[in-house]
Amino acid sequence: MKDNSYQAVMARNNEIMKQAVGLDYSRFSRGRLAFDYQAMMTEAGYSLEEVVAVQRETGVGNTPLYELRNLTRLVRRTAPQGKGARIFLKDEAANPSGSFKARRAALSVYHAAKEGYKGVVAATSGNYGAAVASQAAMRGLKCIIVQEAFDSKGVYQPEIAEKGRACEAYGAEVLQLSVGPELFYVFLRILEDTGFFNASLYTPYGIAGVETLGWEIVQQLDQQDLKPDAVVVTHAGGGNLTGTTRGLRKAGSNATVVGASVDLKGLHMASDTDFNRKSFTTGHTGFGVPFATWPDRADVPRNAARPLRYMDRYVTVTQGEAFYVTELLAQLEGLERGPAGNVSLAAALALAREMDQDQVLVVQETEYTGAGKHVSAQLSFARKNGIEISVGDPSQSKPGQSIILPQDPSQIRVADLELDALRRSYIKNALAQLDGEELLPEDISFLAEDCRTTPEFIKTIARGGN
Amino acid sequence: MTENKVPRDTWVEIRQEILPPGERAPQVPEDTAQVPLIMVVKGFLEHDSAMGERAQIRTLSGRKEEGELIQVLPRHTHDFGDAVPELLEIGPRVRAMLEGGEPCEG
Repeated sequence: MKDNSYQAVMARNNEIMKQAVGLDYSRFSRGRLAFDYQAMMTEAGYSLEEVVAVQRETGVGNTPLYELRNLTRLVRRTAPQGKGARIFLKDEAANPSGSFKARRAALSVYHAAKEGYKGVVAATSGNYGAAVASQAAMRGLKCIIVQEAFDSKGVYQPEIAEKGRACEAYGAEVLQLSVGPELFYVFLRILEDTGFFNASLYTPYGIAGVETLGWEIVQQLDQQDLKPDAVVVTHAGGGNLTGTTRGLRKAGSNATVVGASVDLKGLHMASDTDFNRKSFTTGHTGFGVPFATWPDRADVPRNAARPLRYMDRYVTVTQGEAFYVTELLAQLEGLERGPAGNVSLAAALALAREMDQDQVLVVQETEYTGAGKHVSAQLSFARKNGIEISVGDPSQSKPGQSIILPQDPSQIRVADLELDALRRSYIKNALAQLDGEELLPEDISFLAEDCRTTPEFIKTIARGGN
Repeated sequence: MTENKVPRDTWVEIRQEILPPGERAPQVPEDTAQVPLIMVVKGFLEHDSAMGERAQIRTLSGRKEEGELIQVLPRHTHDFGDAVPELLEIGPRVRAMLEGGEPCEG
């Protein structure tokens, strides 16, 4: 009889994952902690042409790119003379399953089917669950989604309840858990029991699927004789930012890439009591910062999403600002979309103000909306949980205590997170893996590349400097 | 006694305690450590079973799971919430901003 205790299953993590991802990550290892990222992406991933072909089979991608003329006009009213970039929006809600996650799921599920797996499993409370379930339905695979869904009182976060419902609508089995990182233990047990594929967000397939998003932005603008000057990406686990930027670069664009997250400072992601005090379940700093400063915390040995490699700037917005722009998008552009997908739109309204009028700023996603995944659903839920809702200056809000909707669009602001501080934190996390051993030259060049800095910067931090 | 039981093949939800409070992962914060890790899953009842009692189900992926029977034909209760007065103000205000004031370029 197999030992299925928590400790025993966690100890089998590596062997379970090897079987469930079907990829031997050790062949990319170099030095003491380095690995050949580009080789992993090339050898284990898919080329852009292959991704396009796979996604075409299941109707993924080729989503509309809208110019948000009214929001651009509104921004120009609050911008200095000559400022206020043209804002474009990639309507990723038009994908099957209603979000850009269909791009990632398309590749993962295709790969699982090709490798002969009978089913797929994903650990996600986000849109990715519905995306995997939808793609699995199309390709005739079984699907199990494991979600962190409710607190110890059995109260569901409404957005996660909706995502669970959607997964079941696509025929997936949904395991819903109370708050805690031990969800991973349940996930491992399911992978081991079923022999299904781990449709992780962080395999090379999960990232290659997003490259078409960046690629399409460049092609669609090119049809109007335009080029993107900046692209704003909602940042959580890092896959959206990594994949989109790789696609932009493959299409020859050198657009500035800005990551944006909702600021949830002060709320603990594994806390049972904080769980229902947040109104965003993804796209927030609770994922964005830890995944930037240590990508390999993911559910695969080597995360293919490496945000510091690709991020030119990282900004935060407040929950109230993201809700406010969701309302603006519906009221002024006639597009009713989900609030979590609009985090980058909130940042864009502030960033456009800094840019010239002839510049092009692209917001690269939207997500579907519905019961639970809606501003009024989230604000009513927050109010019931004792969160104070008001109108005023959003910068005065405190995550978990208050949400402030701007009085006026000029109050939408971004706060910059210093990239060098994130790099320092990343390097310290890397050094902690070494158990006191010295960095080898290949480790130093890998770390420099992985957080886009110089080998000297790495050496300084390694010597204990700043 | 079967008249009090939920008939087999009914769509239900069961509940399992995965980890009791004393056995949570060492890294979880104190509030989380004090409560059990609970899992719920839906499926079709394998046998006639009583509410609150142990029951076995067949899940949508064809697996068997066991746990306490807690719901029959479970309802999705998430919705669009109450009307939020603070949200209702936004549309009219920004529309007025675009219509009124100085004409702007673009």
